[in-house]
Amino acid sequence: MKELSLHILDLAQNSVEAGARKLTIVIDEDLAADRLTITITDDGAGMDAETVRRVVDPFVTTRTTRRFGLGLPLLDAATQRCAGRLVIQSAPGQGTKVAAEFQHSHIDRAPLGDLGATLATIIAANPDLELDYLHRIDGRSFQLSTRELRARVGEIPLSHPEIILWIREYVAQELQQLRGGV
Amino acid sequence: MKSLEDLRKIRDKAQRETKLRGGQAGTRITIAMGTCGIAAGARECLQAILEELAARNQSEVLVVQTGCLGLCDQEPLVSVEVEGQPKVTYGRLDAAKCRKIVTEHIVNGHPIGEWAISTR
Repeated sequence: MKELSLHILDLAQNSVEAGARKLTIVIDEDLAADRLTITITDDGAGMDAETVRRVVDPFVTTRTTRRFGLGLPLLDAATQRCAGRLVIQSAPGQGTKVAAEFQHSHIDRAPLGDLGATLATIIAANPDLELDYLHRIDGRSFQLSTRELRARVGEIPLSHPEIILWIREYVAQELQQLRGGV
Repeated sequence: MKSLEDLRKIRDKAQRETKLRGGQAGTRITIAMGTCGIAAGARECLQAILEELAARNQSEVLVVQTGCLGLCDQEPLVSVEVEGQPKVTYGRLDAAKCRKIVTEHIVNGHPIGEWAISTR
C-alpha cells in the first residue's frame, strides 16, 4: 500500500466483515519519542488465540470467510520494515484491537496519506457504523465522531454524497491545522 | 474553510431535494473494497463517483461496497445496476473512468461496453 491510510481503510473493512458496529481509530504521532502508532479497535466477532497467531501469515488463510488475506501480512511487513511491530489482541466475542507501531522518521515508512479520503470512504461504505477518530500530534489532537455528525444532519444518511465530500475536506483541513499549516 | 455548521446547510438542502423527488430510488453502484481493490485504487474511485453524483444531483443513487470478488487482477471493480436493466460490471477503473460511468451510464443511460467485463 502506498499510504498508511489505505491500510487503515483495509483494517476497517476487516472489522466490518467481522460484524463490527463500533470502530475506534486512534493515530498517535509522538514526535519526541519518534513513534507513530495506529490503533484500531472494533466490537466485531473477534478471533481465538490460534487465529490471532497465524493471521499475519499470508499462506495460512481461511478464505471461506474472507476475514483474512493479504491485508494484515502487508501491514505487519510495513511495521517491521520501520523498526516497529504489529500487535493484535482479540478474543471470540470480545472484538479485536490492532496496533501498528512505526519509527516515525523511518525512511521506509509510507506517508499517512489522505486520511480524509479514508474516513470519508469508511463512512460512505458503512453509513450505520459508529466511528470514533482521534488523531494526536504531540500535545494537540483532532477528533471526529459519527455520533456527533449524525446529531447535526438528522435523518439524512451520512452516506449522502455531499456529506461524504464535506467529511473528506473537513478532516484534511483540520489535520493540516494540527500540523501547524494554515 | 469547512465548519461543522456546514452540515446543517447540507441537511436542509438534502431535505428539500428528497421532498422534490419523493424518495425515488432504484439505481445501485457497488464498489469492491477488499485488500486488492483498496491497493488498486478503490478509495479514489469511490470518492470520484460520489463527487460526480453530488455535482449532478444524483444523491438518490445507492452506493454500496462489497469485498474481494476473486477478480483481483481486474480491480478496481465497480458494478452498476439500473432498475429494469442488466447489471454491468466494470474493471480496471480509475477516478476519471468512474466519473464517466456516472455521467454516461447513470445520468445519460448509456452503459460503456468497452470497459465492461460482464453484463448480466
